[in-house]
Amino acid sequence: MGESIVTLSKIGMVFGGSSGSQTVALQDIDLRIAPGEFISLIGPSGCGKSTLLRVVGDLLTPTSGQVQVNGKSTHQARLDQDYGMVFQAPVLFEWRTILKNVMLPLELRGVPQNQQRERARELLNMVELTGFENHYPWQLSGGMQQRASIARALAIQPKLLLMDEPFGALDEMTRERMNMELLNIWRQTQTTVIFVTHSIAEAVFLSTRIVVMSARPGRILHITDVDLPQPRGEQSRAETRYFEIENAVREWLRKA
Amino acid sequence: MKQLRQIISILILLLLLAVVWEGIKWIGGDPWRVENNPFGIEHNPPWRFKVASDLNLPHLWDIGASFSKPSRRNGPPLISVLIQAAFFTFREAVIGFFFGAFLGLLLGILFAHFDLLERGCMPYVVASQTVPILAIAPMVIIWLKAGWVSVAVIAAYLTFFPVTINTLRGLRSPDPRALELMRSYAASKWAVLWKLRLPAALPYIFTAFKISATASVVGAIIGELPSGIRDGLGGAILNFNQYYISGPGRLWAAIIISALVGMAFYLIVTLAERVALRGRNLVEE
Repeated sequence: MGESIVTLSKIGMVFGGSSGSQTVALQDIDLRIAPGEFISLIGPSGCGKSTLLRVVGDLLTPTSGQVQVNGKSTHQARLDQDYGMVFQAPVLFEWRTILKNVMLPLELRGVPQNQQRERARELLNMVELTGFENHYPWQLSGGMQQRASIARALAIQPKLLLMDEPFGALDEMTRERMNMELLNIWRQTQTTVIFVTHSIAEAVFLSTRIVVMSARPGRILHITDVDLPQPRGEQSRAETRYFEIENAVREWLRKA
Repeated sequence: MKQLRQIISILILLLLLAVVWEGIKWIGGDPWRVENNPFGIEHNPPWRFKVASDLNLPHLWDIGASFSKPSRRNGPPLISVLIQAAFFTFREAVIGFFFGAFLGLLLGILFAHFDLLERGCMPYVVASQTVPILAIAPMVIIWLKAGWVSVAVIAAYLTFFPVTINTLRGLRSPDPRALELMRSYAASKWAVLWKLRLPAALPYIFTAFKISATASVVGAIIGELPSGIRDGLGGAILNFNQYYISGPGRLWAAIIISALVGMAFYLIVTLAERVALRGRNLVEE
């Protein structure tokens, strides 16, 4: 592999104090991610996939090992605002309208007001929320709120999009539609995505590579290349190769 | 429509209270004489309860009538005296409220950011509230000299505590993921405070403001007593208390006006809250 946007080497993460009850959340994680990749982290509950995501995003400091993002430390990458984050819950600010919520990261970066507004409108258009600019979050459905939070994450054109089970709380139908939209956004923006999920189908449909993790201690069990042709669409879900990969990932998860 | 219903229900409640009040006087008060009540009723209650005597529990119409009578010989009617006193006390309460709210917010924000400060100071903040205001008030007056400043300080003393507690609680209320989000954008502590913590705390802070609004009126009234200020409601209450036997209705009138001042302040804060929290999906209280 040539240049990489994320390089993880020998990452270890141990939670717990000196009292003896220590939990090894991550052990010996080695992973290189190339620009423009869509990486899914999948594994049983407690395998440390969210922890790994937070290590990459400099929300947690690993107890051992090295992480580099864009050739910088994660701390510097965070200060340079290289990250966009999306959580399982939309985490929109209830006192801000949808437009103002999307403007938040631009505001924090000190972008002029009229540019903030323009950029936020563009993004809302991309996630098909035009017309809801002046609504408050509680006036929107769960799926729409999540779309707004994706728009917010993309506002500063992050080099790295970190998504922690973003569609976990949505119903199956909405989830599939959101998968399709995310795929389109990924193609348009050419952002690198790290995506934590519980759903094998979602991982296969979206990813270029799937990282299967095992629990206690959290480590990488296997990395599956998803060689489904791009651009993908709803028809991809019906391909034989899709089912083959899905079954292979399921096999690996059984061993996890 | 909803407001109309609310007003009607308040009126019905007041009417009920009046019926109970006069009902007690009907069965256990002093004799009703024809010339002394608006209905021209002659009635001799079957019992004599001490609490229901005309001195202890004056007829509502006597209290009402005392509003229009002069409180001093050849003076203005009681109502205008009380309204003037109400504005005087209200001003002290408002100034005290702002002192207290400012101090409360400041302490809340400091405590939210410095754990050590909270652990060190919180016991004293709590202790300050267990000392009766009646003991504190004379001290404040000795330090600051009698005047509206010391009264405002006493009102602030009753105000700041709920604001501190609720601000602290509110500043800590944001979803941990919202804090992670701000962190991922490399937001400064200041930005996190202004754009996340304070807006999230606002509903909590307004709850405290509502408690403080009424408490500040109580503080102002109590503060007037030892400072010898005669222009406010505290002075009026003290005065009419001394001359209660010669006109019980006047003390009751002063009490009613004091309650109205507290309610008015509460209402103002509620309106401010409605403006500040507009757009949010709040559960109606």
